[in-house]
Amino acid sequence: MTIENPSLNLQADWSYDPAPQSIEHVTIKDSYELFIDGKFTSSKDGSYRDNINPATEKTLTKVAEAGAEDVERAVEAARQAYEGPWSKMPAAERGKFLFRIARMIQERSRELAIIESMDGGKPIRESRDIDIPLAAAHFFYYAGWSDKLDYAFPGRQAQSIGVAAQIIPWNFPLLMAAWKLAPALAAGNTLVLKPAETTPLTALILADILREAGLPPGVVNIVTGDGELGRQLVRHPGVDKIAFTGSTVVGKEIMRALAGKGKRFTLELGGKAANIIFADAAIDQAIEGIVNSIFFNQGHVCCAGSRLFVEESVAQEVTQKLRERMETLIVGDPLDKNTDIGAINSIDQLKRIQAYVEIGKQEGGELYQSNCILPDTGYWHAPTLFTNVSQSHRIVQEEIFGPVLAVQTFRTVDEVIDKANNTPYGLSGGVWTDKGAKIFKVTRNIRAGVIWANTFNKFDPVSPFGGYKESGMGREGGVEGLLPYLNLKTNTQ
Amino acid sequence: MALSETRIDQIGVQERVARLQSRSIKNDSKIEALTLALSMIDLTTLEGSDSPNKVRQLCYKATHLHENFPGLPHVAAICVYAPMIGTAKKALQGSEVKVAAVATAFPSGMTSLKTKLDEVKIAVQDGADEIDMVISRGRFLSGDYDYVAEEINKVKEACGSAHLKVILETGELVTLDNVRAASEIAMTAGADFIKTSTGKIQPAATPEVTLVMMQAIRDFYLKHGKQVGLKPAGGISKSKQAIQYLVMLRETLGQDWLKPDLFRFGASSLANDILMQIVKQNTGIYQSTAYFSID
Repeated sequence: MTIENPSLNLQADWSYDPAPQSIEHVTIKDSYELFIDGKFTSSKDGSYRDNINPATEKTLTKVAEAGAEDVERAVEAARQAYEGPWSKMPAAERGKFLFRIARMIQERSRELAIIESMDGGKPIRESRDIDIPLAAAHFFYYAGWSDKLDYAFPGRQAQSIGVAAQIIPWNFPLLMAAWKLAPALAAGNTLVLKPAETTPLTALILADILREAGLPPGVVNIVTGDGELGRQLVRHPGVDKIAFTGSTVVGKEIMRALAGKGKRFTLELGGKAANIIFADAAIDQAIEGIVNSIFFNQGHVCCAGSRLFVEESVAQEVTQKLRERMETLIVGDPLDKNTDIGAINSIDQLKRIQAYVEIGKQEGGELYQSNCILPDTGYWHAPTLFTNVSQSHRIVQEEIFGPVLAVQTFRTVDEVIDKANNTPYGLSGGVWTDKGAKIFKVTRNIRAGVIWANTFNKFDPVSPFGGYKESGMGREGGVEGLLPYLNLKTNTQ
Repeated sequence: MALSETRIDQIGVQERVARLQSRSIKNDSKIEALTLALSMIDLTTLEGSDSPNKVRQLCYKATHLHENFPGLPHVAAICVYAPMIGTAKKALQGSEVKVAAVATAFPSGMTSLKTKLDEVKIAVQDGADEIDMVISRGRFLSGDYDYVAEEINKVKEACGSAHLKVILETGELVTLDNVRAASEIAMTAGADFIKTSTGKIQPAATPEVTLVMMQAIRDFYLKHGKQVGLKPAGGISKSKQAIQYLVMLRETLGQDWLKPDLFRFGASSLANDILMQIVKQNTGIYQSTAYFSID
């Protein structure tokens, strides 16, 4: 029997019942305080910010809002701890603390995953399987470097810098805290960490872990607040080094503020990565790669493959298969184990994404959104595809930071390399082909810090991550991730 | 016939399978899946020691899965060696359970085409509703794809109105690229179903192989409009595995394939495990295996 105009019916009668993660053993306190000098302490002026669950729009808890005096206290505590125990401690002892922290993250992994999902809206599948295990892995990895710094840079003496201020984003709250804390501590520095104002909870649970691990008071201080607090930290004269992950706009502001100040800094900023599908790729697996590259974490990923380039001869097949695959993505309750795409992190971000989708439509892009049903309350955005766009479209040029993919076609290897590089960003990229030689050619010629071949969004503490061009400077992860937290000295005797 | 143009990335397939297997199927959706799985089973006995009595017992089981639990479906078919077809037909008279017979020098396929065709014709004459043939893996691996296609084509002709399932014996094809190519050859040559394994070679059905075959079926359908069925066989003995296969099926081929006409499990001990789970879902407790007949 032959069927005319065959198509798949992916809305099956048999559907999955809700499979919610149990949250019974997790307690969220009524309020959370700053963590300064080893103690939880309210802010000087006693102010708090409400913390919203983006999936329900309900207030989860309130979090202390630090001011200038709290920054003063935190930096002073970090300085005392640096001059005091931390810089004098044998390196192997520092390493033991990091190992202990890593193990305690593992022990409390379920609690951390649940709170991460409630606080930020990401699916429990991701917080449970990616964010939290990777955070622990970073501490394990850098724990090993603590007493081997002189071997990491042979012939040179590695010295710590002092007090570092670390400002992290809301897309991977605990993981970004781990990326910042672990190498800085392994290198012997003390820190003041500022989580993002929408997602401070797991960093404050990490503070509890640090305290329980017996880390000397003041080695890590955590202050919560918004961008203004970040500005104060950046400008504080007692801070020797700034590490920032966030938008390119803020990154530029930080560079301007630090010009001539003699402070070290590293920036991990935005991206608009090219994900390139050649006709000779394993198409079904490439489709999965596209899904992982743009719909992972609701697209709130700086290294997201938000510009898809498909070789013209397979463009129709790829977009058709991608549409079908999008129909099977489950959007909804972040705490449901079957959820693929959770809530947008905040109302502000949702509005930003919606504004870009409007721009895309006005620019003449052809829109496709999956037929998923979005919940009534909470912040949600359906997985979205734009075809019929070019390098001149704003949705192709600017970072949207949401589940919105812009699809272009190409004909030759050189053409796609040129187009991939035709952006101020250079954080990541992807290439899908069965031909090894093509992989080498493309990966060598794309100016970006990380290129994945026949995979996407693979992270490992061992491999350095960071940007070219306006995607930032400095690397996190690997032995290179130690460099921003060390002064290297050549001693001749 | 040339090898498939479609490339398969093994690591990518493994990752997709892992993600599909992380689906959590609970409550009513679990009952629904288990009931569906039960109705898709080809209850199988393929032993040199099979006897008419053994087959009769199996046939009774096929239509009376668990007497003290009414409302259960019957299995899709009984799968036996050719000499048992008559016995099975008689035992299943009046029921909707099909009789499937393995043929073409199962499991190795090592005999002449003429002998294979004779075997198939006799099986069909004896009343087999479905023929499970094996492909010539040696010919396939030596690159003689035309021979493999021709053989399937001829067997299909010999089947007449009987449904043809083509066993690829993926455990001997080694790579997923080969699995994809063999799937395309079989479908093009007229297979009504493609089937992973004989159950006599390890590994038998795996989720990875099954996913690649599902994708081949999907692409064939979208191109030619013909719906080919799929039968993973061998090594699927637990309810949880069966549900994972159905999840894969739902998210790859969708609604149309979620029925015994287009999807089967080749299994012998799976039925009892599903029955045990259904009883557990309804009563809240696991019964002893002693309560489930072992025919």
